[in-house]
Amino acid sequence: MLSFDLLRFVRGGFGGHGGRIGIEYHDHGTDWCELALPWREDLTGDDRTGAMAAGPVVSLLDVAASLAVWHRRGQFVPHATLDLRLDHLRAPRANEGVIGRGECYRIEESVSFVRGIAHEGDPDDPIAHLVGTYMVTGARP
Amino acid sequence: MILPPYARTLGIEIASGEADTPRLSLPFSLDVVGRPGFLHGGAIAGLLEFAALAALRHVLADDSVGIEPVTSTIDYMRGGRDKTTYAAGRVTRLGTRVANVEAFAWQDARDQLIAAARSNFLLVRPLA
Repeated sequence: MLSFDLLRFVRGGFGGHGGRIGIEYHDHGTDWCELALPWREDLTGDDRTGAMAAGPVVSLLDVAASLAVWHRRGQFVPHATLDLRLDHLRAPRANEGVIGRGECYRIEESVSFVRGIAHEGDPDDPIAHLVGTYMVTGARP
Repeated sequence: MILPPYARTLGIEIASGEADTPRLSLPFSLDVVGRPGFLHGGAIAGLLEFAALAALRHVLADDSVGIEPVTSTIDYMRGGRDKTTYAAGRVTRLGTRVANVEAFAWQDARDQLIAAARSNFLLVRPLA
């Protein structure tokens, strides 16, 4: 099984959808990972308000939580998102980037359990909360 | 209906007539890839969100009503493959202050869903 080195993983930047929307590494601990998503006009959900759409915030938290799972495991075990539940606590502000923190709080044989929070710099004033699960896709490790 | 900037970033297009509940399509591209060869869960979430919003806008037929997402629950059922994904929403209840909306995403056949979402939206109606 491949060992997982978070900093090495994020060093080259993000590919695919994460790269397209401009996700960047921010910080991490033993069971959590924080990523940043700078504000961009093409991520907004409403031309009039200029606030970020919900979708990029979900993507940000999904990636952060995935990385938290692999980092906590210490191994890269391929998985797929099983479900995500988002609470949109307040509307994002115009022209504000978002920090997404994903935490893996439990790993079972085939399912990993995560939670996350998205904010604009002040964790005490979050814009969204997440809970979710990931399912190991291949043979169980 | 005009799609907002993030929908255009994903590459979402409207694949149905004006009179019907909007059906959206999302071509597969490197911009929406997660793990190699599969759609990103976040891109699917974005598609479902816009399908839900489009269905709600269609039913409301009143642009003066503001729509704010409150909760969203997404089930991922199949990996999204290297092909076009379709999505459509269904308003299960339209209240005065809250709308309950489902949205479904599929590729090959509408009864083979790759993901589904259930969302609650707050409706902000202009003062009478």
